Amino acid sequence: MPDTGPLDAPLPPADRSRILRDSAGVAVATGLYGVSFGAISVASGLSVLQSCALSLLMFTGASQFALVGVVAGGGSAWSGAASAALLGTRNTLYGLRLAPLLQHRGPRRLLAAHLVIDESTAMAATRESRAAARTGFWATGLGIFALWNLATLVGALAGNALGDPRAYGLDAAVGGAFLALLWPRLDSRGHRLVAVLAAAVALGLVPLTAAGVPVLGAAGVALLVGALSAARRPGRTA
Amino acid sequence: MWAAVLVACGGCYLLKLAGLSVPPAVLAHPVVSRTADLIPVALLAALLTVQVLASGSALVVDARLVGLAVAVVALLLRAPFLVVVFAAALAAALVRAL
Repeated sequence: MPDTGPLDAPLPPADRSRILRDSAGVAVATGLYGVSFGAISVASGLSVLQSCALSLLMFTGASQFALVGVVAGGGSAWSGAASAALLGTRNTLYGLRLAPLLQHRGPRRLLAAHLVIDESTAMAATRESRAAARTGFWATGLGIFALWNLATLVGALAGNALGDPRAYGLDAAVGGAFLALLWPRLDSRGHRLVAVLAAAVALGLVPLTAAGVPVLGAAGVALLVGALSAARRPGRTA
Repeated sequence: MWAAVLVACGGCYLLKLAGLSVPPAVLAHPVVSRTADLIPVALLAALLTVQVLASGSALVVDARLVGLAVAVVALLLRAPFLVVVFAAALAAALVRAL
């Protein structure tokens, strides 16, 4: 696909405004659910400041939910951190796909790296020119960054004011959040099989190990299946 | 808690930066890309299971499972993320209030 000719084509204004409009839509939809992260994070025992620090500095939703989810379940902060980092490995793959498209260097690359997440990748990776990819990436990334952090603060302050989180079903909300993040990835039989295996391993480890360990143990399922099925063509998720 | 939060943030940033900086050949190995593809699936499934069924080191069936069932229905109806999360919370809260 990297073909220098069409890749360097200029971006017509009509295309540019269409990409900006799409990016704004994605940014609003995604940014808003920072409210649920903020509320769940303080309900899990993190302070408002820690919740905001996660959205500001980690800025990758699934990892943030993982960290607070493990802590809420009684796991150590470090096993939460390990789960968050493991989930963050997919952003490395996104970066690999984006690098030849964006071609950013120096400080601009350092800034761009922070915005490499599911949505900014999706809004850039399918573009046919570099200008279009850059527009989609930066508009989506910056838009989500602004709204996600604002929403986290709102959610954290509201969650703090609510009192007992269980009375509002916030513990069930975390399960719902993980399921919603998992759902679009269950698009192939292989992925569904891995999900069921991982869930079974985690379930089996719960009575035997400290909180937080079952989740990390289930990551072993991914390593094992990944190594065993390497001969087959790698599947793709959105 | 702060140390773990900041280390995890640093780790996640470096993982993002690595993707933009490392020559593709290093990470383009099929085992690596296949595994990296599966890690989110396995972790999210495990997080979900533990979140809904574990209470300390015991397995418990309670209102959280009702919340999850409602979340499944919402997702089948193609509801957006916030609606799914809110519906799960509302269902569990209602069951507890009964």
